[in-house]
Amino acid sequence: MFDLTGKSALITGASGGIGGAIAKALHGAGANVGLSGTREAPLQELAAELGERAHVLPCNLSDRDEVDGLVKRASDAMGAVDILINNAGITRDNIFMRMSDEEWDSVLEVNLTSTMRLCKAAIRPMMKSRWGRIVNISSIVGATGNPGQANYAASKAGMVGMSKSIAYEVATRGITVNCVAPGFIATAMTEKLSDDQKATINAQIPAARMGTPEEIAAAALYLASDEAAYVTGTTLHVNGGMAML
Amino acid sequence: MSDVADRVRKIVVEHLGVEEGKVVEGASFIDDLGADSLDTVELVMAFEEEFGIEIPDDAAETIQTFGDAVKFINDAS
Repeated sequence: MFDLTGKSALITGASGGIGGAIAKALHGAGANVGLSGTREAPLQELAAELGERAHVLPCNLSDRDEVDGLVKRASDAMGAVDILINNAGITRDNIFMRMSDEEWDSVLEVNLTSTMRLCKAAIRPMMKSRWGRIVNISSIVGATGNPGQANYAASKAGMVGMSKSIAYEVATRGITVNCVAPGFIATAMTEKLSDDQKATINAQIPAARMGTPEEIAAAALYLASDEAAYVTGTTLHVNGGMAML
Repeated sequence: MSDVADRVRKIVVEHLGVEEGKVVEGASFIDDLGADSLDTVELVMAFEEEFGIEIPDDAAETIQTFGDAVKFINDAS
C-alpha cells in the first residue's frame, strides 16, 4: 500500500515541521523528493538526513519569477514532478480592522497565488503522462475562521475552492487535486506556547491533544498514492475532532 | 506546407481519435472533432513539442480549427 517508488514529489515549505514530515513520509514510501523552502540550511540538513533521492530547491514563493521556475528546476533535478505538495504558508496576523493591505497581499501571494502558479506549471506535464497528484495543505481555519487571521483564513479557504475547480477540470487525465486541513499541530510554532495556553487549546479538541506533523504527513501520503486515485476535490480534515466537517 | 498539415493532422487524429478524412481545413476542434476545452490545451502542447515552437496562451485561444493551427505553425516556423 502507498508505494511511491519511481515517483517524484515536490514539497514546498519543506523546512517547516509539517513539510519536513511530509517529505520524510513520501521519501520513506520510495519517492524522489524535491525539498523547497526559503531557508537553505534546514533543507540541506533534511536532505542529508534522507540521503539518496533528496534534492534541495530553495525558492522564495513571494517572487513570481522564482515560483514560475520552480517546477522546471524540480523536474530537471528529479526527471519529473508527479506529485506536488503545496505546503508552504505564512501568517501575518492582525485584527481585521487593523489589517494592512501589505499584510493581506503578502499572505494571499505566498499561500494562494504561488499555489495556483505551481499547480499550473505542474499540471502540463501531468496531463501528458496521464498521472498526477496535487495535495494542497489548507487549514482548519479556512473552514471555521479565526479572529486575527482574515488573510490567512481567506487564503486557506481559497485553496479549497481552487482545488475543487482544478480537480473538476483535470479529473479525466488521471490527475487528482485534494486538500489536507490540519487542526492544531505541535510544531516549533506551538512549542512557544505556555502550558496554560496549551491546556486551553487542548480543551477544545475532542482528542485532548495537538496533532503531530507525522499525522498530517500520513494524510498527504495517502492522497499522493495510487490507492487514492478515485479521491479528488476533497478536503481531508486532520484535527482530532476539533471541527467535524 | 503540406508537410506541416500532415504532421498536424496526425497529431489531431491520434489525440482526438477521429477519422483522418474529417480533419479538413475548416474543421473546428470543438464543434466538429469532438474536443473539449482541455483537449485543445493538450493539442497546443503537442504542436509546441512537434514543431519546437512556443504558442502563447492568447495565440492558443485563436486556434479553433485545423486550418488555424496549420496557418499559425507555418507563420511561426
